[in-house]
Amino acid sequence: MDIGAQAHTASRGTIGILGAGRVGTAIARLAVAAGYRVKIATSKPAAENALIIEIVTPGAEAVDAAEASGSDLVVVAVPLHKYKSVNADALAGRVVVDAMNYWSVTDGDIADFEADDRSSSEVVAAHLSASRVVKSFNHIGYHEMEPDSAAPGAADRRALAIASNDAAATEQVAAFIDALGFDAVDAGNLASGRAFEPGTDVFNGRFNADELSVKLHTSLVAA
Amino acid sequence: MEIGAYSFGDTQRNPDGSLRSTTEAIANLFEAIKHADAQGLDYFGVGEYHTATMPASSPGAMIAAAAAATGQITLGSAASIIGTDDPVRIFQQFSIADAISGGGRVEITAGRGSSVETFPLFGHSLEEYDELYAEKLDLLMTINNATSENVTWSGTVRSALDNLAVVPRPASGKLPIWLATGGNASSSARAGQLGLPVSYGIIGGAPHRFAPLTELYRRSGAAAGHAPESLKVSVGALGFVAPTKKEALERFYPGWHNLNVEMGQLRGWPAPDKRAYLAQADAPGAYYVGSPDEVAERIAHLHGHLGHMRHFLQMDLGGIPQELLLESITLLATEVKPRVARLLAQK
Repeated sequence: MDIGAQAHTASRGTIGILGAGRVGTAIARLAVAAGYRVKIATSKPAAENALIIEIVTPGAEAVDAAEASGSDLVVVAVPLHKYKSVNADALAGRVVVDAMNYWSVTDGDIADFEADDRSSSEVVAAHLSASRVVKSFNHIGYHEMEPDSAAPGAADRRALAIASNDAAATEQVAAFIDALGFDAVDAGNLASGRAFEPGTDVFNGRFNADELSVKLHTSLVAA
Repeated sequence: MEIGAYSFGDTQRNPDGSLRSTTEAIANLFEAIKHADAQGLDYFGVGEYHTATMPASSPGAMIAAAAAATGQITLGSAASIIGTDDPVRIFQQFSIADAISGGGRVEITAGRGSSVETFPLFGHSLEEYDELYAEKLDLLMTINNATSENVTWSGTVRSALDNLAVVPRPASGKLPIWLATGGNASSSARAGQLGLPVSYGIIGGAPHRFAPLTELYRRSGAAAGHAPESLKVSVGALGFVAPTKKEALERFYPGWHNLNVEMGQLRGWPAPDKRAYLAQADAPGAYYVGSPDEVAERIAHLHGHLGHMRHFLQMDLGGIPQELLLESITLLATEVKPRVARLLAQK
């Protein structure tokens, strides 16, 4: 890494990513390209992930979960049925992006979510009770993230929805989304995250900021 | 480069859109495999699927029948969902098919399955998804690598084998066992560490984006001490061949549409969009739909990125008329395959 790049990463801050699946690695590549320092962890020791990270997300660092959890912003992208394996204490006080979905037709029923009417992120937030949880990145396909990423102001730039009960956290995640190549649209509190979960128009489509605002508004008024 | 096909079975439809019988679908699949063998196709895979539209639920039974009725083609599962099946039974079925084939034409591809319907069907819990897959793959490899009929193994998801006979043994000692993956990085690393050939199912997005995964696979394999020639890559994708691209697009679209309507109803997707179809059917999209020249060019191009040794297409989706499937198989074997060989020889 050259000196200039170091200065750049220092100015952007550090992103921790829990999960090295298709979603986690796609977000990691975009974050590296945007100039963040990116630390990725799984349930395995860092050394076991080193080759995966070197090849699949060059520029990111394989670390242990505790180190990734200490980042300025932490993205959780593990299989949802393992959400309770995420160490809530390590994430206390942190801004945490929940990029996961409860999608029972493809992933099967999970009792905690099947029995609960709330948005999946509210269930996750109940586990991460001391974290500042923000729902986003769940309604874009992992294979769409890099092709659809575009510079600020680009015509018809794709937009991603955000839901959180913490206004400052929303602002921080909106800046992250913008840096990664998307407009951010605030859907409201975490309960409003239902408007962009599996089965919704937002989940199924690809929208710019104006279109997404209308879709979210229509959905939340109808509910 | 080997060129092949795969199928989950494809139930025909009546003019009013209603489904015809699943019996007919299996008879059609059997005919398609025999036709592929006669035309000189290198490989035919039968994928485990459990729906009325795609009823090839038991690859082992299909492949045993096909082994008796074919002469040169390599036959394999694409894939066997091993987490919810019994590896002892899978091995027995495929080693019997191998004996019937004359030896050396039968392979197993082990996969997780892209949907979860086998869990209630065979009485397994989704909570054990990862453990079932890992342990049953280990058992399947233990049986395959055994130096005699008697196998010893223990784990947590099924009863132990204490020096029990698993017969017959394959003609050449072992069956090729491939690991199927849709592109999760840890699956590529695992295949490399185990020294198993890896089969990528690419159903959307640009296939050349799998290049880092093949590098991860080969470097993981090398780091674990496996010889480069044992680290093979294959690619399964959707596709269709016709005399012209226009005909190929028109013939493949109705079935693609039917499949996406069915998946949409199940998964809450909107109506399928023909623009998405056309985008995927052009380079660098995921569908290999076109004339023999176009399909061959795209396979050779992908080879430059992945270095794969086999490329095989799923061509029968959503009730495609059987005669169009057979023509696509003919073109794949007699027109695409020699073109791919020429293109690769020029590089």
